[in-house]
Amino acid sequence: MNPPTSTPHAKSGAATDDAITPAQVRRVARLSRLELSDPEIDAARGSLASVLGYMDRIRSLNLAGVEPLTHASGEGNRLDRDVPRVTLTTEQVRAMAPAMDGPFVVVPKVVGGGDSEGGV
Amino acid sequence: MPHSSHMRASEVASMVSLGKRTAVQFAAAALEAQSRSASLHATLAISPEATMRIAADVDARVARGERLPLAGVPVLIKDNIATGPDLRAVGDELGFGGTTTCGSKFLETYHSPFSATAVERLIAAGAVPIAKTNMDEFGMGSSGENSAFGVTRNPWDASRVPGGSSSGSAAGVAAGIAPLALGSDTGGSIRQPASFCGLVGVKPTYGRVSRWGLVAYASSLDQIGPIATCVTDAATCLEVLCGIDSHDATSAAKPAPALVAGLELPLAGLRVGIPRQARSEANHGAVTGALNTAADALRSLGVEIVDVELPHTDVGIAAYYIVAAAEASSNLARFDGIRYGRRAVVASTDSLETLYSRSRAEGFGTEVKRRIMLGTHVLSSGYYDAYYASAQKVRRLILGDYESAWARCDAILMPTAPGPAFAIGEKTSDPLAMYMEDVYTVGINLAGLPAVSVPAGFASLGDSRLPVGVQLVGRAFDEATMLHLARGIERSLDLDLVPPAIT
Repeated sequence: MNPPTSTPHAKSGAATDDAITPAQVRRVARLSRLELSDPEIDAARGSLASVLGYMDRIRSLNLAGVEPLTHASGEGNRLDRDVPRVTLTTEQVRAMAPAMDGPFVVVPKVVGGGDSEGGV
Repeated sequence: MPHSSHMRASEVASMVSLGKRTAVQFAAAALEAQSRSASLHATLAISPEATMRIAADVDARVARGERLPLAGVPVLIKDNIATGPDLRAVGDELGFGGTTTCGSKFLETYHSPFSATAVERLIAAGAVPIAKTNMDEFGMGSSGENSAFGVTRNPWDASRVPGGSSSGSAAGVAAGIAPLALGSDTGGSIRQPASFCGLVGVKPTYGRVSRWGLVAYASSLDQIGPIATCVTDAATCLEVLCGIDSHDATSAAKPAPALVAGLELPLAGLRVGIPRQARSEANHGAVTGALNTAADALRSLGVEIVDVELPHTDVGIAAYYIVAAAEASSNLARFDGIRYGRRAVVASTDSLETLYSRSRAEGFGTEVKRRIMLGTHVLSSGYYDAYYASAQKVRRLILGDYESAWARCDAILMPTAPGPAFAIGEKTSDPLAMYMEDVYTVGINLAGLPAVSVPAGFASLGDSRLPVGVQLVGRAFDEATMLHLARGIERSLDLDLVPPAIT
């Protein structure tokens, strides 16, 4: 796994607590697919600032040359044989979906409606 | 009529196996105890019909001569562990009872099409599920206060929290509803409530117990484990849960260990390290007292106590909340209002994104939203290296601290939590204060190691006498040594751990 390259922006320490603006909270809420009210944005701004401010302490460590640890077991994932087996049936999947139309799962229109986000 | 209250799992299994009592009798008594303890909000959806059906089946299997290690033992199951149609009423597969809610409004009516491997193993071993248990939403909390279905109360003092996130599992066992419960531990969620409720709680080595059917919070940290009233019951349950599972690619290809057989053997010759960093002045006096009492108990059994260093303890919380939030933001993306769970009502002209965002806004509580946003932020372009990549490096340093310590000792002893159970509402307004509850537990999850919390004393706060636990940490896949040492502490201290009657 190759982590995305960081921008100079981050290296300059842009994420300090006082740097968190309502616009930034709105951006992260949007990326999180969470519809927040204005009071929620305000509250989130305060708590995110305090938690991120605390997290900044790891930036004081010298981490040069330290290999990231991604798997606690040190073994990574164990691969199974590639053989077909029964998983969920169509009926089970249908039973879980909150909105069905006959055999179809109902979703808002994602093409042709000028919704630039929907098809992503 | 047998009463399961504060009977041990081993006693129940023995009586059922010998035909002195039936699983059906114990199940009925547990359902009654569950009703009596309703004010604790420890349990969520139940299907008494399924419980009694499974109990009757256990009795039939015992009558056929099957030997079942948990014959007729009532168990509680944390509500982020899937329970399938077999645990619901016949003909009412989608009706009341048998949901898997994760303590979230989002999954209030969610019925899993299958049971978790851990649940199937318990039932195969003769255990009888009594109820699902209340919990901090998706495992995100250290008090039991973040549930959409009400705050769980501590049976030792109903004005205090039972700890979290396995709040109902711990409160339910402490209240005597069942002698055994399943919890899950991502950063301390089994051990801290076990400490607050006077119980034994085990977080197994990462990969030891299958996560199939455990609703994912932070996949590289989550483990299912037992909460019990004594070390022997916890070890018996863990033996049942352990083992490879083809459904979980991270389950370790190791045979299930023998954990109970060696519990009573002498301990002389073992070495236990106490980290200097665990003797913080921020610890409550009763926590320091419990740590010293446990160390003295081990010394009296011939265990050598040595000093060790875990120098990155103080950055564990920051690293943990970055890694866990990042994984949560990714794992919880599946809750989109389309495939399962809550779906917001939107106008026909609204976009797909509006459906996602509104369903999630309506379905998730404040703490879950906070962690999703934190995780999204630390993974976002421009912040990834500063937070997430750094946290993974800190994770390596923390593992290295433990590896250095193993040169000096066979297990590590430290507090489970910095204090005893705190008052309901005391920490809800300050997320950081709540996160600090996990200062001694999260590093162990980051390193993937096993740990057990065992009661080691009491704190007197006002009129309340509250239990305080300590934890023993083992080398990876060496649950046996830490449980052996925990049993030594338990046997040596012989504490009275039955809470006052619930009023």
